[in-house]
Amino acid sequence: MSLEDAFADGPAFIPYLAAGDPDYESSLEYVEALERGGADIIELGLPFSEPIAEGPTIQNAVVRSLEGGMTPTRFFEFVEDLDVSVPLVCMTYYNLIYRYGDDHGPRPFVEKAASVGIEGFVVPDLPAEESGPLREACDEFGLDLVFIVAPTTRGERLERMMEQVSGYVYVQARLGTTGAQTDVSDQTGASLDRLAGYDVPKAVGFGISSGEHAQRIVRSGADGIIVGSALVDIVAQGHEAGDDSETVADRLETLARELKDGAVAGASQRPPHPERT
Amino acid sequence: MSTDGKFGDYGGQYVPEALMPAIEELEDAYERYVLGNEDGFMDEFRTRLREFGGRPTPLQRADRLSDRYDREVYLKREDLVHGGAHKLNNALGQVLLAKYMGKDRIIAETGAGQHGTATAMACAHLDMPCEIYMGKRDINRQRPNVFRMKLNGAEVNPVTVGRGTLKEAISETMRDWATNVEDTHYVIGSVVGPHPFPSMVRDFQSVISEEARTQAREKMGRLPDSVLACAGGGSNTMGAFAEFVDDDETALYAVEAGGSTLDVDEDAGVAPNSASLTTGSEGILHGARTTILQDHDGQIMESHSISSGLDYAGVGPELAYLVDTGRVTAVNVGDDDALTAFHRLSQMEGIIPALETAHAFGYLERVAGPDATGEHDGLGEFVVVNVSGRGDKDLESAIEETYERDIDIAPNMDEFTGGL
Ligand SMILES: Cc1ncc(COP(=O)(O)O)c(C=O)c1O
Repeated sequence: MSLEDAFADGPAFIPYLAAGDPDYESSLEYVEALERGGADIIELGLPFSEPIAEGPTIQNAVVRSLEGGMTPTRFFEFVEDLDVSVPLVCMTYYNLIYRYGDDHGPRPFVEKAASVGIEGFVVPDLPAEESGPLREACDEFGLDLVFIVAPTTRGERLERMMEQVSGYVYVQARLGTTGAQTDVSDQTGASLDRLAGYDVPKAVGFGISSGEHAQRIVRSGADGIIVGSALVDIVAQGHEAGDDSETVADRLETLARELKDGAVAGASQRPPHPERT
Repeated sequence: MSTDGKFGDYGGQYVPEALMPAIEELEDAYERYVLGNEDGFMDEFRTRLREFGGRPTPLQRADRLSDRYDREVYLKREDLVHGGAHKLNNALGQVLLAKYMGKDRIIAETGAGQHGTATAMACAHLDMPCEIYMGKRDINRQRPNVFRMKLNGAEVNPVTVGRGTLKEAISETMRDWATNVEDTHYVIGSVVGPHPFPSMVRDFQSVISEEARTQAREKMGRLPDSVLACAGGGSNTMGAFAEFVDDDETALYAVEAGGSTLDVDEDAGVAPNSASLTTGSEGILHGARTTILQDHDGQIMESHSISSGLDYAGVGPELAYLVDTGRVTAVNVGDDDALTAFHRLSQMEGIIPALETAHAFGYLERVAGPDATGEHDGLGEFVVVNVSGRGDKDLESAIEETYERDIDIAPNMDEFTGGL
């Protein structure tokens, strides 16, 4: 199933977890729990040692995962070991993609990702200006390249990004790094308005932590929601408290379902789309 | 010199989307104020460098070193810049630029604390609020500088992630910037990071070679045969080299930190050195494509040096490019030789150099000292060494390291222990 198809039957719920956090085996269970909770696409983080776009929650997840021995090679094994049927997106930093294999450049990484069933990439430190080679490799192997649109992105930069994007656009709800928030910024609405003319699903992320948030975001026009830190927090707390992985997986499934239900409820409350009526 | 942000394949802008508007705004300000001297920016910068910063710094003949090495050794005295290092040249330039841009908050990272203190001083001087990110481990190694930053009214935020050194502090500062881009300017401390930082920091630092070039002509009637500078990120290096790059008769040596060994423990993810030009490979770190210390997967390695200012896993993209093209020769000096050079310069010239700087003198000793074979001596007759900073900040760690390492020319302090 392609990424865009995941948006066909209503709003897509797109959770994120760092692969291998806090360890390989539990992490497999956690990702599978997200699918049971209603995930339509799953963003899987391949940890990089300098995650400059992440807030403390995901940064700490990255440290746990790296300390547990996660590497690009292990990551691909992880994807193969996963028992999920929803499409997977690999979220990582460009150096890991660029350095994989012997001839430096993104092609070997993309080829390998395609062979284990990854559908697309989010690369937070790769702006559209530098993404030509990765876009080319994605085209060659039929993968999508998702771009993050910030509240400050407009004009030429937005155009350039929208020329290259496929799958969905990741609409960053507010400035800053990743991290769960108690409120959702109204910058989201303005960003969605700017993107209205582009024919690609818009998924909103950064700061969504409850079903109520999810509902509001979708009601205001998002085609999907992306949730990372709120889920990673559950993993972190379970890890610190020494809870068994089954308990943690249940909690993840519960929050996932709440978020998915919120998104669905938001869609039903949406005023009819002017172009679709 | 390039102004499009690319040096061959190096450079570029590999940053989160949220930072791109700030980077574009900075690019615009760099072109207008720094390159175009709009509103007299460069004039004001030069005036403040003179009056607040104490420039020009002398190009001083080192008499005893000249005898020891049997050639003319000249010292470019950046240790005499206000604050004790070349770092003020850049910090003053960037804080002033932030003012011209209408920003009202400054953030910076620091390794040795030299860039942090320079930024804190510039902020106090120009009345800007200032927050500095510094690795926990570096805070412990450089306490006098932490105190100096606070004296100048800056907030110091400890960074505990990873090993708590410069690399983590840079990542942390980028995160702050991404959150507060609208009112905040990030004063990056070296010729690293996304465009326009590498070019802009080089331009602010190139006052070093601009002066040195003129001074060499005045004193020697010609250009030096070689210029030596230590290289962490490479800002004093690029500053000392920039105006000589087109002078083919002047050889340029970038001296990196060889740490305890050049061998790398890939499995542990640790490089016991900071010699990215010598032992690193091409990759993307902190917003630029350059030469970095990384494992076979592309994870950034922990670096090591006795001097926190050189303890960084990357190097500026322009310097990496100049090394690739052969214009600059990259060499390295290990912890022990740097520490020995630290003592030698203190004893022979009455100048206590920063441990970073001491690496450059360690190289001079290796190729031209009494034990040298002469085989690698490409320095020529007239040598300029950039004294990037003074060593006051390093006294605590120098005492400790000296005893751990048994440096034979070190002063004997045993007679005082117990008795005082
Ligand atoms: C005195 C001194 N020299 C050199 C350096 C290394 O930095 P760069 O290579 O950017 O000059 C530092 C960094 O803190 C320093 O304090």
